[in-house]
Amino acid sequence: MATTVTPPVPGRRRRTPLARREARWAYVFLAPWIVGFLVFTAGPMIASLWLSFTEYDVINAPRWSGLDNYRQLVSDPQVARSLGNTVYYAALHVPLVMLISLGLALLLKRVGRWQGFFRTVFYLPVMTPAVAVGILFLLLLNTQDGLINRGLALLGIDGPSWTTDPDWVMPGIVLMSLWSLGSTVIIYLAALQNVPRDLYEAADLDGAGAWARFRHVTLPMISGSLFFTLIVNTIASLQMFTEVYTMYFGNRQTQGSFNSDAASFYVIHLFREAFQFLHMGFASAMAWLLFLIILIITAVQVKLSSRFVYYEGEDR
Amino acid sequence: MSRRLRATALAGALTLAISGCGGVGGGGDSGGGATKGSGALSTMGFGLSDEIAKTRVDAFKKDHPDVQLQITEGAFDEQQFLSAVASGNPPDLVYMDRKLIGTYAKRGSIQPLTDCVEKQKIDLGQYRQAAKDQVTLDGTVYGIPEFSQVRVLYLNEALLKQAGLTADDVNVADWASLPALNTKLAKVSGGRLSRIGIDPKIPEFLPMWAKANGAEMISADGAKANLTDPKVVEALTTGVKLIQDQGGWGKFKSFRDTFDFFGAENPLAKNQIAAWPMEEWFLNQAAKNSPKAELVVKPFVDRQGKPLSMSNGQAWVVTKGAKNPEAACAFVKQMTATDTWFAAAKARAEARKAANLPFTGVWTGNTAADKKIFDELYQPTGNKRFDDAVATIREAQDIAFAMPASPAGAEFDKAWTDAVNRVLSGQAQPAEALARAQQEATAALDKAAG
Repeated sequence: MATTVTPPVPGRRRRTPLARREARWAYVFLAPWIVGFLVFTAGPMIASLWLSFTEYDVINAPRWSGLDNYRQLVSDPQVARSLGNTVYYAALHVPLVMLISLGLALLLKRVGRWQGFFRTVFYLPVMTPAVAVGILFLLLLNTQDGLINRGLALLGIDGPSWTTDPDWVMPGIVLMSLWSLGSTVIIYLAALQNVPRDLYEAADLDGAGAWARFRHVTLPMISGSLFFTLIVNTIASLQMFTEVYTMYFGNRQTQGSFNSDAASFYVIHLFREAFQFLHMGFASAMAWLLFLIILIITAVQVKLSSRFVYYEGEDR
Repeated sequence: MSRRLRATALAGALTLAISGCGGVGGGGDSGGGATKGSGALSTMGFGLSDEIAKTRVDAFKKDHPDVQLQITEGAFDEQQFLSAVASGNPPDLVYMDRKLIGTYAKRGSIQPLTDCVEKQKIDLGQYRQAAKDQVTLDGTVYGIPEFSQVRVLYLNEALLKQAGLTADDVNVADWASLPALNTKLAKVSGGRLSRIGIDPKIPEFLPMWAKANGAEMISADGAKANLTDPKVVEALTTGVKLIQDQGGWGKFKSFRDTFDFFGAENPLAKNQIAAWPMEEWFLNQAAKNSPKAELVVKPFVDRQGKPLSMSNGQAWVVTKGAKNPEAACAFVKQMTATDTWFAAAKARAEARKAANLPFTGVWTGNTAADKKIFDELYQPTGNKRFDDAVATIREAQDIAFAMPASPAGAEFDKAWTDAVNRVLSGQAQPAEALARAQQEATAALDKAAG
């Protein structure tokens, strides 16, 4: 007797009852996150998109204002200044953090049995509250008595006015931002430790020197981590807030009423518009502009990554 | 999400909260029908940090046993306040800087106190005019003033003597003489500032310098900026020159940032500053930490030599949507009443006596309270310098002016402080910076007037 066998539909396998039950349970376990995402992230984002088309002072009901907030975004010199400052900061901060972190990770890899100790030491600053870091660096960057300028004086260098000279405010902030590069160091260290030794041995046999090994073995093998930290650090630097706000805008006790245009970051300007000047509609438009900027930068980075990033196991 | 679009999320969250609660103030001014002097009463922005606060709160609790007072301790936080208002669950009372009141009043987040004043029979005449100006918008009272901070001129006589000068030689009325005096008193050597001659205290005190020059930076109704007035420009130019002559803003500020005005190592004790206008509270610190310092306190004066001072301070406001406005009103009345202030001052005097420290008074926004405190409680310390200083501050309290309530007070302040900061940082000249500030302030004020 001939039997008819139904061929499986290509690309689509029929799920067993067990698989379906497991999928249901997966959704059950995912539900808290999904609900949290919808209520605390997606919902507010959609609401803020609507608010960005309104005039809203948080106290009274929003009033539809069309594209007024977006027109103001284009014409407000403070927005342009703060955006320029933020991009300038990101352009300095991201490469510096990546280079220094990579250097430290390469050194840490050679430390041997003390590696755990140094790993902890480098990571500890990440645990310092951002507000404390802001205050700490106000002291360190003090023109006359700060530790940094005292150190420079030992080298015969007359240190700059880090917190008041508009040309030096941003380098001072970048210097402060290096305080917490520990997490990037740890990521790179983990990546370096995962590079197979046999690749180095093969390179040695081919007569590769230290630079060639680094250039043709290490860098490609950790390119995934480099790309990840590029994305994460870029996004974080475009959202810089707490430390700088503490240093220049939220600390009347040590700063008096002094602040500097050079320290006006985009998210700080956004925050002040929302909560000090009660322009929540305009602040929402600012937030959406930043979201779009981050989206575009990230998309460009992802697009370019296909040419530079190697993921183990992928077809090239 | 760590910081990602935090403001966006918060904005949305607030909206959701509003949509869920039907908006702010739906219940009207009279609140939820609580009977007078009973029920829960919540406050924000206030703390029980010292005997002045505790004594007054205890007095209220004793006289209003049916009110369950809930004090959320901590300084006023705009985000916290706005979130509470937007969620339809504001505290009944908020303790805030008087300069913020105009903005919140204009937007309707705090209640006019007309009924409160009438029902509780609060005598507004007892409060200082400068304080009342700050809590009154368009003729309506929105807050009840608490403390009154005024500015006076502090001099370190030891440093004056070293320079061959006396306190009389420091004449703030004569602006032309200030640069020479400043140079004589300051100590700049090897590119390092180690003593400030005169600290003009700008940006903060620019309104006082402008007023001394005969200019108001904002109109009496708080609606029109006047930052391009040549007298304001001259005031800023004068202040900036005093700083530039001491090594420039970078060195000046970094040196001043090292000062600790609250300890024994204060700049007066360490001879780090010779002359500076400052709030009256430093006298208490000096009496406590540096009783032997050669301190002289003079009134700040205008260019005609007439005493002048600027006042600021806190005030109590009742929020729109307060659930217990009657108890709130009773609370603010009692907290700022003459007898309550007197009891608090008495507690302070006793605490000082127990710690073997001099009592230099308590400065309130209530003239009757101050009179009672200084007539009946205050005893001269025996240190002529401090006793004379107390007398000077009392006079300053009576003649002080205040920046009026403005519907865009925060933006107006930002405009002119940004201008001063741009000049101090060398980014702009005074006239140019103030012209930009005038534009920014005018735009904000016009928008707020709406």
